[in-house]
Amino acid sequence: MMLNSSELMQIIPFLVLGTGIVISLLIEMYSSKSDAILPWLTIALLIYVAVHSINEVGSNDLLFGGMLAVGGKSSIFNFLFAVGGALVSLGAIDYIKKYGANFGEFYVLVQSSILGMMFMSGARDILVVFLGLELMSICFYVLVGINRKKINANEASMKYFLLGAFATGFIVYGVALVFGTAQTMRIGEILVNFSSLSGNILFMTGFILLIVGFAFKIAAFPFHMWVPDVYTGSSTAVTGLMSTGGKAAAFSVLLVLLGAVFTQEIENTFMPLFAGLAVLSMLYGSIVAIAQNNLKRMLAYSSISHAGYMLIGLAAGNLESVTGIMFYLVIYVFMNIGAFGIIAIIEGPNDDRVDLNSYAGLHQKNPVLALFMALFMLALAGLPPLAGFFGKYYVFIAAIESDLTWLAIVGVFSSVISVYFYLRVIVYMYFKESEVDFNVNISPTGLMTVVICGLLLIVYGLFPGSLLGLIASVVN
Amino acid sequence: MIEQYIPIFMVMVFAIIFGLGVIFASKIFGPNRPNKFKLMPYESGKDPVGDARERMSIKYYLVAMLFIIFDIEVIFVYPWGVEFKKLFADFGILAFTPMLVFLIVLELGFLYIYVKGGLKWD
Amino acid sequence: MTSIPIEYYLILSAFMFSVGVTGVLIRRNAIVVFMSIELMLNSANLALVAFSSYLGNSTGQIFAFFVMTVAAAEAAVGLAIIIAIFRNKLTVNLDEINIFKW
Repeated sequence: MMLNSSELMQIIPFLVLGTGIVISLLIEMYSSKSDAILPWLTIALLIYVAVHSINEVGSNDLLFGGMLAVGGKSSIFNFLFAVGGALVSLGAIDYIKKYGANFGEFYVLVQSSILGMMFMSGARDILVVFLGLELMSICFYVLVGINRKKINANEASMKYFLLGAFATGFIVYGVALVFGTAQTMRIGEILVNFSSLSGNILFMTGFILLIVGFAFKIAAFPFHMWVPDVYTGSSTAVTGLMSTGGKAAAFSVLLVLLGAVFTQEIENTFMPLFAGLAVLSMLYGSIVAIAQNNLKRMLAYSSISHAGYMLIGLAAGNLESVTGIMFYLVIYVFMNIGAFGIIAIIEGPNDDRVDLNSYAGLHQKNPVLALFMALFMLALAGLPPLAGFFGKYYVFIAAIESDLTWLAIVGVFSSVISVYFYLRVIVYMYFKESEVDFNVNISPTGLMTVVICGLLLIVYGLFPGSLLGLIASVVN
Repeated sequence: MIEQYIPIFMVMVFAIIFGLGVIFASKIFGPNRPNKFKLMPYESGKDPVGDARERMSIKYYLVAMLFIIFDIEVIFVYPWGVEFKKLFADFGILAFTPMLVFLIVLELGFLYIYVKGGLKWD
Repeated sequence: MTSIPIEYYLILSAFMFSVGVTGVLIRRNAIVVFMSIELMLNSANLALVAFSSYLGNSTGQIFAFFVMTVAAAEAAVGLAIIIAIFRNKLTVNLDEINIFKW
């Protein structure tokens, strides 16, 4: 099977990133200055991928005999992954020196995980979903434990690996059952026959096992147990990538798997399942986050509750909810990478200075950082002028349209709880005297990440229309 | 259809009875006069040295891990080889390219391990 | 010779999968937990290959190939992580790996 030139044009992002990984590996092997070259090469590659993807957003094609979709929704997701990866790499340049993981492999693994995410979002065949998922997950297992001398990182990596592989086991068994009953691995063909297959108990078991596996990856409530430890134990840059890219990639697969639900072609059988997961995730994340003093751990629980808000969209199951989830994910990438970027700047060399007390009096030490941290916290809480508000707003609107008003009310209630712990960080920064004496060494690249994320949040908060219009045009 | 497996079950039962029977028969009928040399572990005539549960060098596990990865990649080459005649008839020399790309990427991984010193024993 | 019905394979694979899940949940040695996960993957492989042969559709076998390679890659990464943690802590018992609460 040969590709024609226009099809070749559309898989260029994959080819560029794939070749980039190989070249990065060669540079890492043979150049003594690899740690100076690789971050910028990574950023350049990812920016190219982002620009190329966003240019292809109008097209909508299936390549490789219907295995890989390019353009449309997957373009937006690819843009999201690439921009997120570029921002994380930018913020990591100085951070990983401090963390003691200044290996060129860090950037090779970041590139590979982004490639895996791109395959996940474009996949229209379960085989490609699986390969993309494993490419991403295996890179994350290594990235979490990249400093092998740190026992915290070891432990986080072990937990993430064991539970991630456990989830993979569920996914693979689910795939086996779905394949056996649907007789195909093409997601499109499975969805066409969904209503006749949904009476088959083996098929439904397989499909639910698949959903459970992906619920692990998006960190939804009953499958969240790895999240706090892994987010706390791994390096902050990696946490930023995992919590945004990994979650977005898993959601992109769920949006494809449930594609026929959103267009109302099939009944929303899974509404109670997703509504339950959403309620539990939101409330559990918000309530437990209140008790946390470690900022990374707090953001981990907040990540669980954000997964809950996005799951409201899946429960609602209409086209508005797809738009809402995608908009939310884009905004969430900027909010979270920004917040973790600031934590990375403040963090000391031995995983210290990540607790709330270290943020006391940050306003006097460094007003710019304090201002941006306040911005990210308000955005995560979902207060109106910032982009975080619109993310939640569109998902809740979608829920109300599907007559799930109670779910939207629980969401609002959980947001109100979450305001408490986000505001607490701001109170510490502005109204408390500094207790821990240390100097904030600002890395220029780290600050650049933070500023870019912060400005994008303000821009998308004031003018959400452009991004929303783009996503809505793709979804419809 | 289960009847077809009856001979196998019979062989298994016979094997178990025979195996256990021989052990017990020698226990019951054979002479039993142990001494120090008879109870020593047999190491080809040499005196045994150290504990049997010796810990192996971590390098052993490293090489084992690398072996697993490169060993398993062969399963992609195998179906390609089986279908090669048909592929060659359809695509000509282009039938080589996918496997070539795959092997080049795989060998790059090997090169990486080599350059980073993953295969150095000391 | 008549072939073995597909149900037998499915029951065996479901049994293997359950043993794997139980092993992950109750064993406390990281290596044993990891072996149980491999058992889960292999039970899925068995189901895939059985379905593939039953349906005469080779996709399942191809998927099983990919599962095997991915499992090998996971095994390598997993063993590396276990070695790293053993060097730092001299144990692979999951109850003793508890800086964070589970």
